Amino acid sequence: MSTNENKVLLTMRDVHIEGYSDDRWHPIIKGVDIDLKRGEILGLIGESGAGKSTLGLAAMGFARPGCKFTGGSIEFDGIDLLGLSSAQLQALHGSRIAYVAQSAAASFNPAHRLIKQTVEATVAHGISSLTTAREDAIQLYRDLQLPDPENIGERYPHQVSGGQLQRIMTAMAMSSRPDLIIFDEPTTALDVTTQVEVLTAMRSIVEQYNTAAIYITHDLAVVAQMADNIKVLRYGETVEDAPVREMMSDPKEAYTKSLWAVRAIEKSPQPKVDSILKINQVHASYGNSVKVLNDVNIKVPRGQTLAVVGESGSGKSTCARVITGLLPPLQGEILFNGEPLPTSLNKRSKKQLQSIQMIYQMADTAMNPRHTVRDIIGRPLSFYLGLTGQARDQRVMELLHLIELDESFLDRFPSELSGGQKQRICIARALAAEPELIICDEVTSALDQIVQEGILQLLLRLQQDLGITYIFITHDIATVRAIADQVVVMFQGKVVEQGDKETIFNPPYPEYTELLLSSVPEMDPDWLTQLTEKRAAAASLEA
Amino acid sequence: MNTPTTPNGGYSAANEVTQVKARRTFLENAWRTLKTAPPTAWFGMVVITCYLIVAIFAPWLAPYGEAEIFPMAYAPWSDEFRLGTDALGRDVFTRLIYGARNSIGIAVATTLLAFLIGGSLGLIAAISRNWLDQVLSRFVDVLMAIPSLIFALMLLSIFGSSAINLIFIIAVLDATRVFRLTRAVALNVVVMDYVEAAKLRGEGLGWIMRREILPNIMPPLVAEFGLRFCFVFLTIAALSFLGVGIQPPTADWGSMVRDNAGLIQFAEYDLTAALTPMIPAAAIALLTVAVNFVVDWFLHQTSGLRDEH
Repeated sequence: MSTNENKVLLTMRDVHIEGYSDDRWHPIIKGVDIDLKRGEILGLIGESGAGKSTLGLAAMGFARPGCKFTGGSIEFDGIDLLGLSSAQLQALHGSRIAYVAQSAAASFNPAHRLIKQTVEATVAHGISSLTTAREDAIQLYRDLQLPDPENIGERYPHQVSGGQLQRIMTAMAMSSRPDLIIFDEPTTALDVTTQVEVLTAMRSIVEQYNTAAIYITHDLAVVAQMADNIKVLRYGETVEDAPVREMMSDPKEAYTKSLWAVRAIEKSPQPKVDSILKINQVHASYGNSVKVLNDVNIKVPRGQTLAVVGESGSGKSTCARVITGLLPPLQGEILFNGEPLPTSLNKRSKKQLQSIQMIYQMADTAMNPRHTVRDIIGRPLSFYLGLTGQARDQRVMELLHLIELDESFLDRFPSELSGGQKQRICIARALAAEPELIICDEVTSALDQIVQEGILQLLLRLQQDLGITYIFITHDIATVRAIADQVVVMFQGKVVEQGDKETIFNPPYPEYTELLLSSVPEMDPDWLTQLTEKRAAAASLEA
Repeated sequence: MNTPTTPNGGYSAANEVTQVKARRTFLENAWRTLKTAPPTAWFGMVVITCYLIVAIFAPWLAPYGEAEIFPMAYAPWSDEFRLGTDALGRDVFTRLIYGARNSIGIAVATTLLAFLIGGSLGLIAAISRNWLDQVLSRFVDVLMAIPSLIFALMLLSIFGSSAINLIFIIAVLDATRVFRLTRAVALNVVVMDYVEAAKLRGEGLGWIMRREILPNIMPPLVAEFGLRFCFVFLTIAALSFLGVGIQPPTADWGSMVRDNAGLIQFAEYDLTAALTPMIPAAAIALLTVAVNFVVDWFLHQTSGLRDEH
């Protein structure tokens, strides 16, 4: 091992990659260099579309269909990857270079047992026999702190949780003891509480076997825990390149600084007001199965923001569906402005529908791809307010200015907008109805940090100007801190607590709130280490 | 590459990077697509165009009237009767030209009706997804369980073989296939957030069908229209051949094959006489092949599959 120490494993020089769309080739990567030593972890960070994933795959000598290398060199342990045939590359993949994808659920074959898939590549490459590979897989499961390591491999993918699946995928990648692993956003789809476990397990196993890794993410706080060096990418070019601590304490470029500056939004405490919406003792379920909401009581303050937080499956989104009338509750009532709302959508009046609007998480699927911006924003105007022709176009234009866009967007289709612009159009569509209450379901979680900040500021400004009430559903605590007045914490279909932001975010906490708050990654390279030690100490104290 | 900043350095949402496709007129777009069409597709399009011209201008192209009878039954090919005459002394060439108009016209009308029925019911079933969906789907299952040609024969003998009955019966039977396809592709669109957003807005069924879902499922439906047309066309030809399809004196290719089928046995004496029943059969075959070529190309275009570069 010691002879290999500090030897350069991967060298990428002036790599150029182009992608084909719209009848021509567009540059995706414009001359990026990477140097990676054995046992070193490089964090690749940037917004979506920056070329992170393309660069990650390029480190394996692979270009996606519709992409091609147009320049530069990639050398892996003395081998020129770009000069290899696809058969030779295939021999390297899965034996010396491994890949961990974002969605483990989509990467496993649901028809085979986990352990079979874990050892498949190792056995197929002839690295070890089936028996030794299986024993080794169980050891890896143990190293990754999976429950019941001897037997968990006998399960099928749907029988384990998302966090466990992601760890098993890491075991699959480690199975052949590769020299290099590419992690492509491995924890992005996980809840914060699960993310901590997976990060800890990944970090320790990569350290234990001295594997080099490229860790791709858009979350700075996460990469700070994992990486030795960070490379910031933007538009296919390197913005900045530095060891983790140096970059955290002293970022050089303006763009890198802007990534740090996020969440500078502060909202001062608001006076007490009456409730615009009251949810009283609501129970709800899908079909006849388990209850998703169990005796939920929530009060929404008028003209302010109520944040609903909790991990996935806690009933946050179901709550929104009950309020909008998409899912009539089993029992309980919803009072809007003091009057009971009909539980089912069909029985609500146009006025009631108009006053509650919704903004979705995925702006991509929330807009019809065949409608132009003019149609999308204009429809609520003609539907609720009866505007037509010139008057309607005039109002659409006003709304576009309100969301900081201009007339040039009128005839664009959703596919011609960036992620942030799409979400702005969705906000404009909700505003067009002139609602009293807007339900925002994870509206920023699919967006990049800098775009998120813009959207949040826009929402706050609109609230100040127009006095709209928001119900803000999210799992991101940083967002809640930035914009909420009141907070509801949900866990397994129940409200754990509701109160002012100051009350919720200051001790004493109920047990679950504490777990949730402490799991949010912080911009400190030592955060994960300290948290793990603290939790281990607490566990041993209990024992 | 521009960055999302204004000249004075502030952040601006309007300047975030996006690629806007060049705005082209419909004709420009059509021409760009046509230029990349493979030879088979071109062949298909040329053939279909020829058929359409013949169908539309039949009265001007045909030398005689559709049901004009000459006192010479089974006349051989000559300058006067290009493809001879049939058992009643009607000019075969003339009837071939009028046959294009009748056979294609009825097939197109039937296919359109099948899409109107099957398409709208399929959309309603996909959007409602309740008991109505169950009722419609099971009813369609029952209809599809019965062999369609035999079912069509039975219904035609009950209601009588008029052109209107023919169109309605075949349209209803074919609508079952259209229903299934429409429902299947629409289900993928119905679960999208924008359909939910339209429901939350309080939009009616008609708007959701026409404006939210239909534009997004057009490509598979257009391709299916071509294929369905072929099947309808063949079914009508088969029914005419069996004598319950399009009724005389209306000229139709299926019944022309049947009327002149007996001439095949004279092949050893006069080859042209034996060819006479083959020509309408060939006309049917050529059109179906041509439509299939075009549909294949269209499906490839809209499937989004990329050719390897």
